[in-house]
Amino acid sequence: MTAPRALRIVGKSVPRKDGLAKVTGLAAYIDDLTYPGLLYGTTIRSTIPCGEIASIHLDFDTTGFTIVDVRDIPGRNVVALIDDDQPCLVEREVRHYAEPILLLAHEDRERLLEARAKTRIEYRPATPVFDPERSPKVFKRLAIDKGSLDEGFALADVVVEGEYRVPHQEQLYIEPNGMLAIPAENGVTVHGSLQCPYYVQRALRVVLGLPAHRVRVVQVETGGGFGGKEEYPSMLACHAALLALKARRPVKMVYDRIEDLEATTKRHPGVIRHRTGVTRDGRLAAMDIDVLLDGGAYATLSAVVLSRGVLHATGPYRCDHVRVRGRVVMTHTPPNGAFRGFGAPQTQFAVEVQMDRIAETLGLDPVTLRERNALRAGDTTATGQRLGRDTSALRVLREAVRRTDFRRRRRALAGTNRGLGLSLFFHGAGFTGAGEVKLASKATLELVERGVRVRVASAEIGQGSRTVHAQIVAETLGLPYDAVEIAQADTDQVPDSGPTVASRTAMVVGGLLQRCAAEMKTRLAGLTPRQYLKAHGPLSVTKEYRKPPEIEWDEEAYRGDAYGTYGWACDVAEVELDPDTCEVRPVRVTAVAELGRVLHPVMARGQIEGGTLQAVGYALVEQVVMRDGRMANAQLANYLIPTTRDTPAIDVVLLERPYRHGPFGAKGVGELPMDGPAPAIANALRHLGFDVREIPATPERLMELTRKGKGL
Amino acid sequence: MRFTLNGKVVNVRAHPMKRLLDVLREDCHLTGTKEGCGEGECGACTVLVNGAAVTSCLVPVGQVRGARVTTIEGLKRHRALQEAFVSEGGAQCGICTPGMIMTASTLGPSPSLDEIRSALAGNLCRCTGYGGIYRAVQRAGKKKHGGRL
Ligand code: FES
Ligand code: FES
Repeated sequence: MTAPRALRIVGKSVPRKDGLAKVTGLAAYIDDLTYPGLLYGTTIRSTIPCGEIASIHLDFDTTGFTIVDVRDIPGRNVVALIDDDQPCLVEREVRHYAEPILLLAHEDRERLLEARAKTRIEYRPATPVFDPERSPKVFKRLAIDKGSLDEGFALADVVVEGEYRVPHQEQLYIEPNGMLAIPAENGVTVHGSLQCPYYVQRALRVVLGLPAHRVRVVQVETGGGFGGKEEYPSMLACHAALLALKARRPVKMVYDRIEDLEATTKRHPGVIRHRTGVTRDGRLAAMDIDVLLDGGAYATLSAVVLSRGVLHATGPYRCDHVRVRGRVVMTHTPPNGAFRGFGAPQTQFAVEVQMDRIAETLGLDPVTLRERNALRAGDTTATGQRLGRDTSALRVLREAVRRTDFRRRRRALAGTNRGLGLSLFFHGAGFTGAGEVKLASKATLELVERGVRVRVASAEIGQGSRTVHAQIVAETLGLPYDAVEIAQADTDQVPDSGPTVASRTAMVVGGLLQRCAAEMKTRLAGLTPRQYLKAHGPLSVTKEYRKPPEIEWDEEAYRGDAYGTYGWACDVAEVELDPDTCEVRPVRVTAVAELGRVLHPVMARGQIEGGTLQAVGYALVEQVVMRDGRMANAQLANYLIPTTRDTPAIDVVLLERPYRHGPFGAKGVGELPMDGPAPAIANALRHLGFDVREIPATPERLMELTRKGKGL
Repeated sequence: MRFTLNGKVVNVRAHPMKRLLDVLREDCHLTGTKEGCGEGECGACTVLVNGAAVTSCLVPVGQVRGARVTTIEGLKRHRALQEAFVSEGGAQCGICTPGMIMTASTLGPSPSLDEIRSALAGNLCRCTGYGGIYRAVQRAGKKKHGGRL
């Protein structure tokens, strides 16, 4: 590798492209848009978790209303994704509470609410299944095998077993889901709060039976996503479009918070079982892991969530004999789906708590056990992927231990009401396995008078995609940062760059843009954009994803290079316990992460801080109460997320080790910080004497543990 | 209904029970004030009424008769605060940002971290983990008003 030139823009915290609009209130989100003749739309949903519709009664004067049911769907009644099993509107069979049945639109919101209240649906209920262990239907099974378990366990001196439970979690973007559909000549345009314009376009094509060029999807400023606007917007876009096409008027549908909480996707709950064979000196000899995820009523993205879950189930550890079995099953609850981390927070919670229990069993400290087993360059993962030089598990571990003076601090806290715990974790960047090849993403760079315009389908959802893309392009072209503008993610204007998910936007799409910019630089041959346009006319460059030749993945055998590369991180959490109430206050989280190259230090730190806090919520307070398949606490007053009051100090340490296929060495960053805080906090509670194997670690749960004699 | 909105007297025809949030967004066409929950929990709809931060989703417009209402669009003397939200990473997706900035604008000069945390306890942010927001408010507090946007 050549020595890097001094960088002008990459690695600097340039002003966000969208900063000014956001701090002045000018940024326009979906609910801020309006159109002449606009109607408001609403959804009539099932009030049982399982059964059949017997009859529908509209006990209101329907004049002036647009009413859509399943018969109004011109194409296929599915929300197209992977398995195409989820209907856009219920025809007869209800599989979960809050399933959409009818759509209403009216220009007056009050009238709409009245009509909603006066719509009665009668059902023939059937018996629901809520316990994933008893599910009659498996959406997907996956298996990873390495070496031989028998051989591994034969080498082990000690076997440690454990069962770990992780809950639903709500993404809780502060802006609820919303869409606005406008009938167009022979087609439709949909504006919305979304992460994946081309997923939405495909879903619309299938439901409406229209060709791609008649369906235009435009992402507007999006008030947070975290995966929650990966697949669900497809459903909502179809609803808004069906109403708009029937009414021949624009229709806006924006969920209120209750509807958003009751009806949209959450993180998959799961049960993860470990049986680990270790030698007396603390080497992992065999890992036998079983992963069960609750997919909810329809398959949606469950198969891929499971995939990422099993691929991270061993944690960042070397072991020659591994068996991982995963399955994701159906229950009569609203479908679970994408949420930052995508299966990895679930499985890495389990393995990291298991590691502390192994350390406890062997009388080793948690750092030593991890040092003995952490993956190193040249090691192979459970799928046989040989790791490259950017394997930083030991490095982040040692840095976190050094920064927090972990061993000494832990001893010093012994006997107090504070506990200290750590977690070591990794996160694959980009799509799993052959996913990037299948996506075949494209990016376009176009020359304009003032510089260049980036055309990509990546959605700015707060993560800073516009800014880092502009940095990469400006740096490569040798143009000022301000000379790069970013086109809106509009399917009429941008090629399909794949979805804005999986920590792939900076690394994969940014990489495509770097190649576009390099070629454009050659073509410009020293001319300024203005000079070039004058002399030669318009210029645009499009690049498509090219798989680095050494990445090989066998989907059948589930072996090979699961991801192009991984981000590595270590979290140390200190918590304080109120011994009377069992309330836990997170005091400090130190997060040390290796991200390849840090493109924008302020935003990278912001990603880690934000992800860390979301995961602190997962560990301690966030609880979806499901009662008879319905979220019983579907209000912000009852589903709590961390506020400024319960936020720990978060120390972020960013380490670099450039990844050779990432733009300027960058890896993904978005999801990594979600994986570590929950096990670090559980392990800090273990240090306090609580055998926490299930989150959230609420006061009630901790009291229960105390009573069982496992706590203080 | 007469009240002063961002320094100008306005007269809106609206039911006195209509939420101030809706009056601002629909009748006055100021959409910088956001709705995150409609139940007083998230603070995205925060505006100033007679200088105090209130959640406009809980205020019937009848209650602001004759009062001074300030929204993000009318926030004039806090350029440094807005600028610091950009440079310190106080705004990511930006949906909480107007409300956050309105609440932060009520803080005195050079607030301590504790003061910032207490003042912002009713404003939820799901993106930043609040760190960038604290740094923005602290930085603006040091620089005082009058920066350039
Ligand atoms: S919308 Fe008013 S507090 Fe959430
Ligand atoms: S910046 Fe997204 S909620 Fe605060």
